[in-house]
Amino acid sequence: MSDVLSHYLQEHERRYPEGTGDRLGELRQSALQEFRNLGFPTRRQENWKYTDVRKLCKHEFRINDDVVDLPAGRIESLPIARPDCHELVFVNGRYSPAHSRADKLAAGIIVTDLAAALNQQPELVSDHIARYSDTASSGFTALNTAFLQQGSVISLAAGAVLDKPVHLIHINTQQQQPYSGQLRNLILLGDNSEGTVIESYFGLDDAVYFTNSVCEIRLDPGSRLQHYRIQQESSNSFHLGHTTVRLQKDSRYESSVVSLGAELSRTDLNCRLEQSGAVCVLNGLYMVNGQQHTDHHIRVDHTVEATTSTQNYRGILDEQGRAVFNGKVVVHKGADKTDARQSNANLLLSDKAEVDTKPELEIYADDVKCSHGATVGQLDKNMLFYLRSRGIDEHTARSLLTFAFAGEIIRNIHMASIRERLEQLVLGRLPDAETIREFTHE
Amino acid sequence: MLNINNLHASIDNKEILKGLNLEVKAGEVHAIMGPNGSGKSTLANVLSGRDGYEVTRGEVRYMDKDLLQLAPEERAREGIFLAFQYPVEIPGVNNVYLLKAALNAVRVHRGEPEMDAVDFLKLVRERIKVVNMSEELLNRSVNEGFSGGEKKRNEIFQMTLLEPKLAILDETDSGLDIDALKVVAEGVNRLRDPDRSIIMITHYQRLLDYIKPDHVHVLSRGRIIKSGGPELALELEEKGYDWVNAEADAA
Ligand SMILES: Nc1ncnc2c1ncn2[C@@H]1O[C@H](COP(=O)(O)OP(=O)(O)OP(=O)(O)O)[C@@H](O)[C@H]1O
Ligand SMILES: [Mg+2]
Repeated sequence: MSDVLSHYLQEHERRYPEGTGDRLGELRQSALQEFRNLGFPTRRQENWKYTDVRKLCKHEFRINDDVVDLPAGRIESLPIARPDCHELVFVNGRYSPAHSRADKLAAGIIVTDLAAALNQQPELVSDHIARYSDTASSGFTALNTAFLQQGSVISLAAGAVLDKPVHLIHINTQQQQPYSGQLRNLILLGDNSEGTVIESYFGLDDAVYFTNSVCEIRLDPGSRLQHYRIQQESSNSFHLGHTTVRLQKDSRYESSVVSLGAELSRTDLNCRLEQSGAVCVLNGLYMVNGQQHTDHHIRVDHTVEATTSTQNYRGILDEQGRAVFNGKVVVHKGADKTDARQSNANLLLSDKAEVDTKPELEIYADDVKCSHGATVGQLDKNMLFYLRSRGIDEHTARSLLTFAFAGEIIRNIHMASIRERLEQLVLGRLPDAETIREFTHE
Repeated sequence: MLNINNLHASIDNKEILKGLNLEVKAGEVHAIMGPNGSGKSTLANVLSGRDGYEVTRGEVRYMDKDLLQLAPEERAREGIFLAFQYPVEIPGVNNVYLLKAALNAVRVHRGEPEMDAVDFLKLVRERIKVVNMSEELLNRSVNEGFSGGEKKRNEIFQMTLLEPKLAILDETDSGLDIDALKVVAEGVNRLRDPDRSIIMITHYQRLLDYIKPDHVHVLSRGRIIKSGGPELALELEEKGYDWVNAEADAA
């Protein structure tokens, strides 16, 4: 067995010396077995062809158990969008009650950290956890389940409406030893319930760590979830995120994924439209520079009649940045009247940047409307010339067009405070931020 | 104002302009006509500095400067304005802010203070009336979803606002209905001034009914092969280009 595998097995032994026990203990134990069998993915696996995680395997990340409190005002000083929300804060992969505040919740609504839920609502957790996400899908998911302890549970009873969004804030600081946060979120929306969940991941300075986050979402008939996922991890970190969504009749899932940070990040999003009328709208924006690598894998399964999905992802690559996009749509047998649209556009700002994009459509039904398209290009010469012919200097014109490219995704973000923060973040990565800020506003 | 001397320009090693001469004095309006593919847009592009053209011989002086040494944005700030034959759509870049940036770029270049938002909007409201353009178009992305005529109007609106010293209009009249044509003509006529020059590229003598040029030139096969007054346009309309080409071949 490789060193890195035995490292995690030892970590497991250190934390759970008594072995199995209750259902959760069994779950962890069997996931550990699965992890032992699967190991970390290699590029020989089709799904990991363009993303090499060997670098991540070089570190022996300690599974963090320590509660780290940040100095007062520290969180406020970070460039994280913080609209008025119920906030659960995790520092270095561990829940921090001191920084969190879930205000009074209406009846039928549970917003709590996973460790507390395991104590207080063990059935709620064990009825759902690891039922939607497939542990066998990759070693990372198995690893996450093996260490299941930290994370969040958000549950809305039938008809419940969240008064304000739930914000899961993950902050990572530099620690002496590289560490890992294994985070597990469970989001359950009952019939016709409605809510917004924001996941933010932020890394300070050059902190070296590994975030492994798995999110399971179940949307009962008629429910609606808006889900934001904003990744601003530190430049020396590794970020793995795996989200699975199960959609029932007439439910609606809207997701905005924004990936800006991490040395290496991989984000999986799997949606299963299991009953008619279900809709998912998936938007994404990724930006890489330096030596960053980012990988987005999406899979949408249309399993029954009359479901709808759209994917719209855009990427901006500078310097030696690399990106992978794989968007797969599977229209199952009998899933007639499926409407599936997919588009991925990439802007290369440097000739050393590289992108591998692959839209995939598998259709086993007849009466469907499907479209897909992927583009990789540079800034449009005609647009550049037009701007310059109006007196705009070349640098500004480039930044302006780059920002406009990202704007196609950002403008679809409903929450104004998040939209504006993202504009700032994107602008912050471009030259002439000040000059171009105002003339991109509509 | 503008002096073009023996200009040769190629694209992809294909020579398009083959020894073009043209002098435009301050206050003059020049019309350039000529068959499709003769090099009219190429001339406009070379004058405004688009990439991809190689000037192999000749020179262009603009207000005592070597024009070809300047970047496109510098030319714009020095007062050159090109109204595009095919204005490009730029999603995500706001029309009115582009205008403000363009105007302030010129002002800063001239050592004038930037115009503030209030004065700017006042100016915009006043000038947009001249071209009879809907204010709704101002807050859209540059040219995005504009009809062909609206794009042309937007070009003229920009010109009216920026008040260039040398305006080059590349077939701004093509594809316009008669009302829009009058609007364009009015925009151009308003701009006429002893310190300003205008080059209009057109296929139709009709435009010249509204904007009376001082000189009319025929550009064919990369050169100006004939020049005259407004009457030349009428003659061309009647007889086409063959006779001018024949004349040039004979010479
Ligand atoms: N990018 C290019 N690559 C190759 N040839 C080009 C390119 N751009 C223009 N040309 C050629 O240069 C010649 C002149 O084109 P130009 O657009 O200047 O003509 P024009 O006089 O404006 O024509 P029109 O009246 O149709 O607008 C044409 O033969 C055209 O095909
Ligand atoms: Mg032309």
